[in-house]
Amino acid sequence: MAAAIILLRHVLPRTKCIATAYFQPQYLRSYSPVRRNFMQTSPAPKKARVTVTFIRHDGKRLQIQGKEGDSLLDVVVNNDLDLEGFGACEGTLACSTCHLIFKKEDYDRLPDRPSDEELDMLDLAYGLSDTSRLGCQVVLTKDMEGLEVQVPSGTSDARGS
Amino acid sequence: MRQFTKHGKIVWISCLKHSQSKHFGSPLIRLCRFTTPVRCHTIIQCAVVGSGPAGMYCAQRLLKGLERVKIDIYESLPVPFGLVRYGVAPDHPEVKNVTNTFTSILSEDRVEFCGNIHIGKDVRTKMLQEAYHIVILSHGADAERVLGIPGESTAKNVISAREFVGWYNGLPQNRCMQNKLDLECEEAVIVGIGNVALDVSRILLSPIDLLAETDITEESLEVLKKSKIRRLTLLARRGPLQVAFTIKEFREMTKIPDVLTIFDQPEMVSSLQSVIPDLPRPRKRLMDLMLQTSKATVPAAKKEFHIRFLHSPTSFNVDEDGKLCSVTCAINELHPETKKVLSTSSQNTIMGGLAMRSIGYQAIPLESELPFDVHQGIYKHQVGRLEGMPGTYCCGWVQTGPEGVILSTMSNAFALSGTILKDLKSMRIEEKPGLDIVKNYLSAQGHPVVSFEGWRKIDAEEQRRGKAKGKPREKMTDVGEMIQIAI
Ligand SMILES: Cc1cc2nc3c(=O)[nH]c(=O)nc-3n(C[C@H](O)[C@H](O)[C@H](O)COP(=O)(O)OP(=O)(O)OC[C@H]3O[C@@H](n4cnc5c(N)ncnc54)[C@H](O)[C@@H]3O)c2cc1C
Ligand code: FES
Repeated sequence: MAAAIILLRHVLPRTKCIATAYFQPQYLRSYSPVRRNFMQTSPAPKKARVTVTFIRHDGKRLQIQGKEGDSLLDVVVNNDLDLEGFGACEGTLACSTCHLIFKKEDYDRLPDRPSDEELDMLDLAYGLSDTSRLGCQVVLTKDMEGLEVQVPSGTSDARGS
Repeated sequence: MRQFTKHGKIVWISCLKHSQSKHFGSPLIRLCRFTTPVRCHTIIQCAVVGSGPAGMYCAQRLLKGLERVKIDIYESLPVPFGLVRYGVAPDHPEVKNVTNTFTSILSEDRVEFCGNIHIGKDVRTKMLQEAYHIVILSHGADAERVLGIPGESTAKNVISAREFVGWYNGLPQNRCMQNKLDLECEEAVIVGIGNVALDVSRILLSPIDLLAETDITEESLEVLKKSKIRRLTLLARRGPLQVAFTIKEFREMTKIPDVLTIFDQPEMVSSLQSVIPDLPRPRKRLMDLMLQTSKATVPAAKKEFHIRFLHSPTSFNVDEDGKLCSVTCAINELHPETKKVLSTSSQNTIMGGLAMRSIGYQAIPLESELPFDVHQGIYKHQVGRLEGMPGTYCCGWVQTGPEGVILSTMSNAFALSGTILKDLKSMRIEEKPGLDIVKNYLSAQGHPVVSFEGWRKIDAEEQRRGKAKGKPREKMTDVGEMIQIAI
């Protein structure tokens, strides 16, 4: 069951399957170590590693290795990145705390365009730009190697203090 | 687990809670890593009043920024999370995922949840100010704005959206709402055009099967099952460009099965066409969606959701039984430049057997001694520092006013925590007793306090009861019962 949910997540439009899966206890724990162990032991083919750099609003660069097929939220969670408040709704398109800004050329190369629902949430984000996406909706592919994304401050007045 | 010595110092014995915390909650937060810790040998005692998003996110940031800190989170209810539990609609379970993060915060060793303590009544703010170095007031907006028009408080079936929300979400103070709510009528009116107005509209119009699998309370589900409402009209004081709801919530309305969204003045919406291109993106997309909705061809539907602009209710009218039958409204116009609302001499009467007021929540001060701006409904403060009270701060809806989503409350809490960390650097820190004094005081009164473990018991019991009905949880609505299970 858990396997089905996790795999479905990468295939189906990401909103609905996650939202309805809320009632599954396994899913509720989706970001607990339980799920990560599970993913490691599943017999899926070996996935390519992709280097991603998150640039925080204070200028700090966090470079890590993500796995092909993971969303950028998964990457933040699995690598325990120090991005406060990131991913509050756990990837269910209900918070926009996973807002990321891409370089124009990277944005244009992303395999899919944001859905209406993603744009609706983005519209609430601070520092919205034309190349903004929600990290929980962007899935890593091999050719994203070297990707750099900006993590906007999220705090309306953090720049001042 | 911690033990309190006679001298008021806290001795850490083992960390039971820490080991529990590994089994649930989100590891999104890493509380043990300190980026810019404020070094201090004395434990900094910090009291947070209110366990909603504002208080929880403050705690998260302070834990990270302070090595030696003890944060006690006071909550008037036996259960935590504020409006995430009692405001966010039951059919939005995704939004409530944030409680996993909050649970991780509460299960930290340096944090203590102190439920069932009403600050201002059970414990005075002054006591907290004396016992703690830092006091953060984050108790949200406990009251609401009223229209102040004839019939508002006397007509039967004129209720507040805030009470209605509290009732379907199981807020103890609204548990007997069914006694004054009658959904036998076909037409209802909602005054206000924000997200709360859309939440209550959605609950009133959604197919009951969709609600039955949420954590909506059993009592409200039973009443909603029998609802005859098939036409709901939302009244907005101003025009389409000034709507307060956000696009996600509006899009949801347009997608409820068997419900049709109708703008009663389509010409007002189509007149937007010329201004849309110049609007900022969020506004542009919302106006575009409204325009598309107003143009859509109208299939027959079981229920109708109407939106009517430039209407300000002036009286609630009753039938011979004293029950609401219609709402008289003044027709407004907008000043061409300032967009201020100007009342005209025209009137319109809208039929309806149920009316809900949804024109905003309002914060009230814990005690009249605290500096509070009654007009704005927020504490008097400078970037969160309470006026004339060093060491006392306000955060969330009591600082910003009752507007904005969890994201904006989170930003506000992070910004305030930054201010506190800055202030602490220049503060003289002498040892303070913190929770000991309050606990001693309350135990002398025989006042029960619900701990984090107590809340976990309530939580487990609610989930157990929900499971039997195919729901994520069945909320307890009786404070006495909660306390009995917790203690
Ligand atoms: C109906 C409704 C639906 C919403 N839906 C969403 C949504 O879907 N998504 C979203 O992002 N945002 C939503 N919001 C907004 C969100 O709930 C707020 O931004 C946020 O909860 C404000 O946080 P707060 O901590 O300031 O206040 P609250 O969440 O209200 O927390 C205050 C806490 O303080 C406690 N308290 C009060 N008085 C005392 C006292 N005297 N002593 C001790 N404790 C006290 C209260 O019991 C409460 O637990 C919604 C709001 C409402 C009203
Ligand atoms: S994590 Fe909430 S929208 Fe992406």
